[in-house]
Parts: sequence; C-alpha cells; structure tokens
Amino acid sequence: MSNLTISDLHVTVETPEGPKQILRGVDLTINSGETHAIMGPNGSGKSTLAYSIAGHPKYQVTQGSVLLDGEEVLEMSVDERARAGLFLAMQYPVEVPGVSVSNFLRTARTAIDGKAPALRQWVGEVREAMDDLRIDPAFAERSVNEGFSGGEKKRHEILQMQLLKPRFAILDETDSGLDVDALRIVSEGVNKARSTTDVGVLLITHYTRILQYIKPDHVHVFVDGKVAEQGGPELAEQLEAEGYDRFLAKA
Amino acid sequence: MTTDTTDSPVETTGLSTDHSRASADAAHSHGVRTSPGTSYADRFASTDPEAFEVPTGREEEWRFTPLRRLRGLLQDAPLRGEGVTADVRGVDGVTVQIVPVAESRRGLSGYVPIDRVSARAWAATEKVMTIDVPAGTEVAEPLVVTLTGDGGSEAVAGHLLVTVGANARASVVVFFEGSATYAENVEIVLGDGAALTFVSYQDWQPDAVHHSNAHAVVGRDAELKHVSVSFGGDLVRHDTTAVYDGPGGSAELLGLYFADAGQHIEHRLFVDHNEPKTRSDVLYKGALQGDGAHSVWIGNVLIRPEAEGIDTYELNRNLVLTDGARADSVPNLEIETGEIEGAGHASATGRFDDEQLFYLRARGIPEEAARRLVLRGFFAEMIGRIGVDVVGERMLAAIEAELEIAMQTAGAEVDA
Repeated sequence: MSNLTISDLHVTVETPEGPKQILRGVDLTINSGETHAIMGPNGSGKSTLAYSIAGHPKYQVTQGSVLLDGEEVLEMSVDERARAGLFLAMQYPVEVPGVSVSNFLRTARTAIDGKAPALRQWVGEVREAMDDLRIDPAFAERSVNEGFSGGEKKRHEILQMQLLKPRFAILDETDSGLDVDALRIVSEGVNKARSTTDVGVLLITHYTRILQYIKPDHVHVFVDGKVAEQGGPELAEQLEAEGYDRFLAKA
Repeated sequence: MTTDTTDSPVETTGLSTDHSRASADAAHSHGVRTSPGTSYADRFASTDPEAFEVPTGREEEWRFTPLRRLRGLLQDAPLRGEGVTADVRGVDGVTVQIVPVAESRRGLSGYVPIDRVSARAWAATEKVMTIDVPAGTEVAEPLVVTLTGDGGSEAVAGHLLVTVGANARASVVVFFEGSATYAENVEIVLGDGAALTFVSYQDWQPDAVHHSNAHAVVGRDAELKHVSVSFGGDLVRHDTTAVYDGPGGSAELLGLYFADAGQHIEHRLFVDHNEPKTRSDVLYKGALQGDGAHSVWIGNVLIRPEAEGIDTYELNRNLVLTDGARADSVPNLEIETGEIEGAGHASATGRFDDEQLFYLRARGIPEEAARRLVLRGFFAEMIGRIGVDVVGERMLAAIEAELEIAMQTAGAEVDA
C-alpha cells in the first residue's frame, strides 16, 4: 500500500512578464488502487499540477511538498521520480526521431527495473499490451511519436503505463482529441492496468466523457490553482449537468 | 506547382524550448534569377590557376572559410602529385587504374575547375585514379578505396574519375585517412539508367586539410546517391555539383558531419536541374560540439526554364551541443520555370530539445542515456538512407566516439 500526498503545493511558471502563480495551495492524497478525477475549467492549473509532479523544469515549486510514501518527490530529478514509481501520460507526447518504439520501451523498462527484462517474456508482454490497445505491431519499429495520429499517441502513452507498471499514474487529458472508439480502447487499457496492478490513478480531464469508461473513486474540482470542491462520482454527474459556471462565478 | 519553403528554427511541440544560444545564418534566398553572373550556375571556370584572383575572404563563396587554414592552397604553396597512397579492396567487374594524366579521360564529365584551389590541383595532378563500371555490370559489394595521407609538409593534388556505364549498378566508397593537405577534383559520370552510390568519408587525422570539388553528371533515368561523411580533419571544404545529361535522372545528396572543437567542416552543394523530369533530394545532418566548432552548409538548387516536371527538396539540420560552436546554413533556390512537381527547402539549427529529454527522463531514463538516445536517433535516419554496411558500421563507431566527448563535456558542465 503506497500513498502520494500533495500538501500546500504552490507553483509558478516563468513568463516574459515575470513569474506567474498557477497553483495556490493544492492538497490531495491518493492511495494505491484509488482513482481520482481532477476536473476543472481550462486554465485552472490541472496540467501544471501534472507537470509539477513529474518535474518539468518549466515549473517552479515555491511552497509545499509532494511525498511518495514519505519520500520528498520534489527533491528528486525527473528520471528519479519515474524510477520511484511515478508516471505521467502526457497530453502532447513528444516526437523523438530515430528512436524506435521498441528500443525506447526496453530502455525505459530497463531503467525502471534496474536491469534488462528477460527477452522472451518481454517480447510477449509488449505484444500482448500492443494487441490490447489495437496498436499495429509495425509501430515497434517506428520512431517514438513521429507521425503518430492523436489517437496513436495516446494509445502509446497507455502502452507505456502498462509496461512500466508505475505505482501512481497521472493521466493528463488523455481523453482530449479522441473519438469514441479510441477513447474506449484507451480507457480499457487504463482499466486493465488498474485491475492487474495496484496503481493509483490521477485522471485529469475537462470533460466527464472519459468517466463513463473509467470510474473514479473520488472527484476533485480544480479552480484557480487549488481544489475547490471534492466528492464522489456524483460530483462528476453534477458537473456534467451544470458545468463549471458555479465555481467560476465564485472565483 | 507547389513551392514549399520552411525556414523556421527547430520545431517545438507544446512547451517552449530554448534554442536561443544556437546560431543560424538567416541569409537565404528563393526566387527568380534576376541577372546573369549572380547564380551558382554562372561561376567562372578555368583550368588556369592564374585566371582566378586570390580570394580575400569577402567573396560570397569564401566568406565562411578560414582562408589562412588552407595553408597557402589558394596562393602558391607547393603542390605535389604524390603523397596520398591508395589501398583498393576491389570487386569483380569494376576496374581501378592509376593513369598518367595525358592518357586519362580527365574532363569527361565536362568539369572545369571553378576556383583557384581546384585549378591549381588540376595543374599539379600527375596521375588520375579511374574507377570504371562497364555498362550492364551489377555489383552488390562496394568497391572500397582507402586514401592515406603520408603527413608530408607539402600539399598534395589528386584527381578521381568514376564512370558507370549504361544500366550498370555499383557502390564506391572512398575513405580518407592519415594526414595531408589535400586538394582534390572528382568527376562522376553516370550513363543512361545507371545507378551509383558514391561515398566520400573523411576520417582524417585532426590536422588534415581537405579541399575537394566534385562534379557529377547523371544520365537519362540514372540514379546517383552521393554521400559525404566528415568526422576528421582540421578544415574540410567540399563543393559538390550535380547536373543531368537527359531527363528522368535522380540525385540524392546525403551528408553527415560532426564538428569538434576548432574544426571547420564546409559543404557546398549545387544541383543544376537542366533537364526535365529530374529529381533531387538533399539531406545533410550535422552535430557540433566544442569551442570553435564550425559547420557550413550551402545548398544551391537551380531549376532552369527547360527543367519542367522536376522535383527537388533540400534539408539541412544541425544539432549544436555546446556553447562556442557555430552552424551556418544557407539554402538557395532559383526557379526559372513554374511547371514543376515540387520545390522546397528547409534548414533548422537547434540545441538538444529539452522536451525530448524531459519525455525520455519522465520514463525513468537517466539524462546521459537520454542524450545518447536523442543523438543516435538524430543520425539513425542517415545511416539507413546511406545503406552501405561498411560505411554505416564505421559511422556508428565514430558517433559513439563523439558521444564520449559529448558526455565528458556535459559532465564537466554539471561539475562546474
């Protein structure tokens, strides 16, 4: 049983006009096996939270802490965080020309496990995960994210989530830009990881659509850089009916 | 007609990436040739060295080159006809000969020296190395020639003539090793329907100087793949011209270079679309690291009025790995007919892409390993396209050696 505890997190981002405050005191605790949805209007700081936890250099943490089983994540480098068990499925996965998907996946798994995976078992594991996510086997030899469609990029992110077996996965608007079929496939992939491992999931989304496929245990409404309200799945249904206006008016 | 022009710096996805310390020369042109005499096609040519003035360094074609490091090749430094020895790993069906100039077919391509160095080399050449692939001959294995400089203090002149007869197919690889101040002229003649992969691989010692002008003639429906690989040498300046001798020919000009501290590597290309339905595809990729590392890429393409239905694209990409390195990149496109399939060029110079490194590191891959992956990936495409094993293997090893330097430099920066 692990937990990821975010306390009083304040984050700024550099802009040409100087540092701009984005997160203003985020408190959130996720335990293994739980799925938390973070919902909020555009510009509320949802993605900033995701990238700050992953350690993107663009974001400066000015206050607060992120503890993974009591260890301070904010003191770790980007790759140390991933090796500690954090995973970020990105909204805009980056193209890495000339690096094949298979080489990338094997290198990442080796880094996270501290040793190369046994070849035969690994090949089987990759094939099965790709099959589940309806990823053409030819993808293994293509360059990472290069020329991938939006849906292919997202499926590739979830493929990594399945193969790298994180303790906590942050899914940053994984549903954006997906048609219904792709959304279902991606959601099934996330659900498979949830059912076969004890992963805790932080599901960041603007829309409730993905929550029809991935059932959250908790829902947090994010407004103006912090959690404005929390509740169970019923809160998502309320947002679906009423939108974010209530919160925006308050802010 | 589609004219696609991309001159933007390195593309960024999503979040910002710092390329501010990378330098790129923004000068480039594309458009209609206005007056004769300004085009690459109108270059003065002569076999008489004295017909050329000694450049001052302000001329367009010399402005990037550190002239003093040419060791007097432009002036009157003695040039001898020997000092570079050839080792040939032959293949059946391909003839290699060293022929006195008087008995050779020098000039077969129509080439006439275009600058003072090449004219001096022309005059000083005593023997011509000729490589002949007879018509109809198909050779799978590459012919490999290793030219080794003896490190003598005097400069050396050389001339290479490669002919590939009609419908013949072959690969020719020339490795340059050792040390020399080498002034070279190269002629390549492809008959109708011929296919040649020609690789010039600079693996010189760090003090070598290599000035080379190459002139290739691509026959009707012939396919030339010309490859220039530069790792070694103090100053490498290669000027490569491709012209067509009939419609339907294709010229693929590929280059890969890695400039280390103090190294000057310059590639000047000219594709002269003088025949209809011809194609050209230029891709040069380079990395630079260390103080004073300098690369220059000039890509000239001319589409003449008669060259209807042609298709051309040229791309130069540079990865500047450290401060103090400079990549100049200038694509020029002159279009004299609108009746073409396509014409485009692009040039991009950038640093390591922070977003790529973040993506890889966010998957647990340590920073150093992530840099290696990105760098290997940057060149992987070239190795595939060159497609000659003996060259690819050597390039991979050379890139690994360069990576060692890069990682030591990166480590030093972190320590400091």
